[in-house]
Amino acid sequence: MTEHHPQAEIVRKSLKKRYRKEMRFRAYGIVAILIALSALLALFTDIVGKGSSGFLKTSLNLEVELDSQLLNLDDPTDPRQVKMADFVEPLIQALIRELPGVTNVQHEAVRKLINPYASTELRDALVQHPEWLNTTRKMSFLAHSDVDVYSKHADNKAYSIKLSQQQRNWVDTLKEKGVIETSFNDVFFKGGDSRDPAKAGILGAVVGSLLTMFVTLVLSFPIGVAAAIYLEEFAPKNRLTDFIEVNINNLAAVPSIIFGLLGLAVFINLFGMPRSVPVVGGLVLTLMTLPTIIISSRAAIKSVPPSIREAAEGVGASKMQVVLHHVLPLAMPGMLTGSIIGMAQALGETAPLLLIGMVAFIVDVPTGFFDSATVLPVQVFLWSGSPELAFIERASAAIMVLLSFLIGMNALAIWQRKRLERRW
Amino acid sequence: MNMTATLGGNTAMTKMSTSDATEAKAFNSNSAATIEEGKTVGKPYVKDPKFKLRNVEVFYGQERAIKNVSLDIGKNQVIAFIGPSGCGKSTFLRCLNRMNDSIDNCKVKGALQLDDQDLYDPRQDVVELRARVGMVFQKPNPFPKSIYDNVAYGPRIHGLANRKSDLDDIVENSLRKAGLWDEAKDRLDATATGMSGGQQQRLCIARAIAVNPEVVLMDEPCSALDPIATAKVEELISELSESYTIVIVTHSMQQASRVSDRTAYFHLGHLVEVNDTVKVFTAPEHPMTEAYITGRFG
Repeated sequence: MTEHHPQAEIVRKSLKKRYRKEMRFRAYGIVAILIALSALLALFTDIVGKGSSGFLKTSLNLEVELDSQLLNLDDPTDPRQVKMADFVEPLIQALIRELPGVTNVQHEAVRKLINPYASTELRDALVQHPEWLNTTRKMSFLAHSDVDVYSKHADNKAYSIKLSQQQRNWVDTLKEKGVIETSFNDVFFKGGDSRDPAKAGILGAVVGSLLTMFVTLVLSFPIGVAAAIYLEEFAPKNRLTDFIEVNINNLAAVPSIIFGLLGLAVFINLFGMPRSVPVVGGLVLTLMTLPTIIISSRAAIKSVPPSIREAAEGVGASKMQVVLHHVLPLAMPGMLTGSIIGMAQALGETAPLLLIGMVAFIVDVPTGFFDSATVLPVQVFLWSGSPELAFIERASAAIMVLLSFLIGMNALAIWQRKRLERRW
Repeated sequence: MNMTATLGGNTAMTKMSTSDATEAKAFNSNSAATIEEGKTVGKPYVKDPKFKLRNVEVFYGQERAIKNVSLDIGKNQVIAFIGPSGCGKSTFLRCLNRMNDSIDNCKVKGALQLDDQDLYDPRQDVVELRARVGMVFQKPNPFPKSIYDNVAYGPRIHGLANRKSDLDDIVENSLRKAGLWDEAKDRLDATATGMSGGQQQRLCIARAIAVNPEVVLMDEPCSALDPIATAKVEELISELSESYTIVIVTHSMQQASRVSDRTAYFHLGHLVEVNDTVKVFTAPEHPMTEAYITGRFG
């Protein structure tokens, strides 16, 4: 048979080679995906492993004797007296009572177990409830960050424990007695940044990020979509529009720190806007995301089948009606995808915001677009560069919050896209 | 030139008697000479025309796609444009409601009049023109909306219906005229893209007539349909011809002979012959027309 069909024989021979090639190509693809997956897995395990303890806090449950003599305070409603009062002493005394065989000689060492901000908490509680004076209350305070690190990472070589052997023994005893307790770290989600790792929170950065993203979205989406529609549908095709197109493509590749410099020069120096505020951050990020949104929106508009355009023109729709009634709704899912990619990029952007001063140490949670603020990635940057080891887990926890924000945004985009697609 | 080569090939392929061969030879040399620019055989002009088109030329950049064509299209008539692919019949059709406007390098010259009104007058509004001259395309292209919204779209944007009930009436009438009412009345809110190809094309016709145009242009409306759907659309065209002027481009000679009153034969941008359909298909005057309708090329 084969002698009669030499061509079939040739084809059969080449087939083997072709299939081998295909198999090899598939293998390359699978290997590439496996490498990517393992990198992702390593990243996540590292972040989660380091960061999960950041969601826990160490607190002291103390029976505090609010003795007026000890406090050096007669009237908690008098601000002057409150200012002069000693709110640290009752805490130390309460802790000493829990530790058998400890005398006032070790006063200083005991004090180092209590968070510096605990006295402020006690003061605020007493000012709020003046009737608590001269009673004994069971209250919960933050432990010192050194205690926090020791109780979480006692066996971890990566953390250096700053407590003395005696203090460690105390912490162990207190843990057994239930005075020292680890629980969910609500402080992390309730406050702004702090010099004290145990007190540091992410709320300020989250709110700052939300405000900045809001400004970015409100500015970049309409401007980007409008620019894309004009360039794609209305602009005459000539040298000028070609030039504009090339430059938009170039802008998409410009390093983001350049946009930061531009923002510094134009918005802050020229227009005199304040530093480190979400409005300026949003403006800078708008400049950065615009090219991405314009390019993806143009691609989405281009992909609308011309038959739909013709159909609308055929029944006498004007250019504007064709665009608004037909092209835009059909291109919207694609535009949303592009915008979300741009926004996700903006959410994770640090460099341009450093230049406009959003890197400042800001304790207060911003309440408006013109309040000083920082954003999540900058907060991560700040904490990861901090000398105190307890900030490492805070940084990892902040990364997890940032990632969950990204996932949330992407989920929102996918949901919106599906919803819009289903309508058609 | 291209045409001559094809004919030559045909002549060689068919085993002809010597007398046939000489006839063909004579025909060959004849036909090459007889397509004369601007000269149309038959009866290109009618009394009281809807469209009066004189010396129309269409350019795509440097290329001349339509060469000096003059033609009248009668009121409430069906005229079919036939001819081989690339002969310019679709291009010519699209001049009639200025669909060529959106093609960047397309230029139209000559006098094109609809009821004594110049189509390419700068003062002529193209939206108004398209409300008067509707169009149905080769591939069914319903909007990805509901059946109701597809038909209601034209009346809505032109403000033809002030109340919901008026709009409902227009939609029902249009769907009835398009022979789609019985199939679609229970699922007006269903998406139009879920219908079969034939139904979609009839929906497109309903959409075109919903704005009550004077003329309906059809660009190979049945080329994507099966024979049964084609028969339905053809029946529909015959019914519509009572109230509308219809211009239809088709590749099917049978279709042209079935639905049209007049037939125009295009070749390489020339309008070769125009006449009553019966005349064109039984006694074509021009040898090129004869060659085409008898299937010797094209």
